[in-house]
Amino acid sequence: MTSSALAFPVSRAVAWRQHPVVERYAPIATIVLVLIGIWYIAAVLMNLSLVRDGFEREETPYTVSDLLEGTMSAERPLLPAPHQVIAAFVDSVFGYAPTAPRSLVYHSAVTLSATLLGFVLGALLGIGLALMIVHSRVLEKSLLPWIICSQMVPILALAPIFIVVLGAMGLQGLLPKSIISAYLCFFPITIGMVKGFTSPDPMQLDLMRTWSATPRQVLSKLRWPSAVPFLFASLKVAITISLIGAIVAELPTGAEAGIGARLLAGSYYGQTIQIWAALLASAILASGLIGLVSLAECGVVRQMGTRP
Amino acid sequence: MAGQFLKALKLDGPGVTLRANEQEPLVAPIGPVAMKGTTDASTELISSPQRLAVDVRNVSLTFETADGKVDALSNVSLQIGDGEFVSFIGPSGCGKTTMLRVIADLQQPTSGTLLVNGMSAEQARLERRYGYVFQAPALFPWRTIEKNIKLPLEIMGFSDSEQRQRAARYLALVNLTGFERKFPWQLSGGMQQRVSIARALSFDPELLLMDEPFGALDEIVRDHLNEQLLQLWDKTGKTVLFVTHSIPEAVFLSTKIVVMSPRPGRIIDIIDCNFPRTRTLEIRETPEFLKIAQRVRVGLRAGHSYDE
Repeated sequence: MTSSALAFPVSRAVAWRQHPVVERYAPIATIVLVLIGIWYIAAVLMNLSLVRDGFEREETPYTVSDLLEGTMSAERPLLPAPHQVIAAFVDSVFGYAPTAPRSLVYHSAVTLSATLLGFVLGALLGIGLALMIVHSRVLEKSLLPWIICSQMVPILALAPIFIVVLGAMGLQGLLPKSIISAYLCFFPITIGMVKGFTSPDPMQLDLMRTWSATPRQVLSKLRWPSAVPFLFASLKVAITISLIGAIVAELPTGAEAGIGARLLAGSYYGQTIQIWAALLASAILASGLIGLVSLAECGVVRQMGTRP
Repeated sequence: MAGQFLKALKLDGPGVTLRANEQEPLVAPIGPVAMKGTTDASTELISSPQRLAVDVRNVSLTFETADGKVDALSNVSLQIGDGEFVSFIGPSGCGKTTMLRVIADLQQPTSGTLLVNGMSAEQARLERRYGYVFQAPALFPWRTIEKNIKLPLEIMGFSDSEQRQRAARYLALVNLTGFERKFPWQLSGGMQQRVSIARALSFDPELLLMDEPFGALDEIVRDHLNEQLLQLWDKTGKTVLFVTHSIPEAVFLSTKIVVMSPRPGRIIDIIDCNFPRTRTLEIRETPEFLKIAQRVRVGLRAGHSYDE
């Protein structure tokens, strides 16, 4: 064998690896494939005893391949296989009318509305608190400890109290869930925006002083624009937290609709596949929401002429 | 306030109409008093009882630091006439920047009196009587060059058309026409500093305070900007206070050089420097220039401690 005979396949392999599509997506695809592989192995291991017990209870003879097949298609497995989850997800997304109570689209929409309202409320609250903290030392000293304390109380303990109190005041449905979601998501925004509002260079602040700008002008022309990068960083954290808040708020309330309700029902009846399908829906929702925030960030950043 | 006016105007001699709340230039029916920055060179020559742009009397400023007290300024007195170009030179820590900041009301003196354009430093700041140029351009990165120059004008409430005209005029003055739509990061350091000078001039203050504006630039760019600054000073007739580390720069630019010395910060020599208003870089080779530079150097050496 000559060296030239070897050279041909090698150079082809290199060209294939350097293709831009491959370079861009190969790392993430590899990781996804590895994770799915681990998932399948885990599904086999975890469901094995369950399936074997089933065969033995019915006293039917079984082979290894029967066992393996069983672990992949159990009705209530400990860990459903990926294809089962995806099948259940596809079925509950596309198999029903979007308004049907079995449709994941319906439940996602219920949770999404609470998430978005909670996110908007939380963002307003977070920014408002940050403004107060930045403009008054007294408020900084008095508010900040309470803000930090508010996040130390487990939301699972607080959520039922919120629901009961708000219910007594005649508030039901969307609003109590949004308030719990807002309660969770305002925190990163406050912390981020306090940092952002205080981020201007001392020289820029001095300049504003030499022009004897009013505090309002300093805010609108210097502090706000300086805080924009911090705003989007904290909004990205906050929007996923507000989704979690909305789901958590659906758990203790016995909500009839929403991703939280699906999770709860799934765990009542041992419908693991349904739980995983709902989890998949919430993951997709979360990435979609972060994507939207990133999109808004791209637009704003371009508007502000930031160095590419 | 009226009291300050009286005190200030006594220096001007007789014939000056007193008006307490001034937006328009003061009216001076008799006497050769140079009033506003718009004096041409001929009146400049005959205005012997000059109005004082800055009047510093026995000003001291002490900082409280963790290591004890630091005398940034100790009993400093200085009178600067209208239309002068005064350089402050001295080793680090001699209080030249502090001096400028005190005049700009960015810092308050511990003791002593200070008049800027015949009023208190705070009053002068509130009436936007000076423009400040910092060591760094301190442009607002999210604003285009034009909008950076418009920023003080926006804050001061100039009309839109006035803002546009002034931005165009002052960009032309610093030779940056055509860069209106660029963002700061697209300009070189020297160009950015020119923008910051245009910004300081845009609202036409009588007094220009410059804190080592060309410190970070290379020698050639610096020479070029020095020439431009001189032309600008000649064209506008403003009073300029200029902090620098460079002896040639100080001698080339100034009508008066203030040599300062550290620990405690004080003035050790004030050197008059009477080159014609229009001068070129070539005068740096003349014996007169070298003589003054030598005197500045001697003053600096005397004030410099070598024990560090």
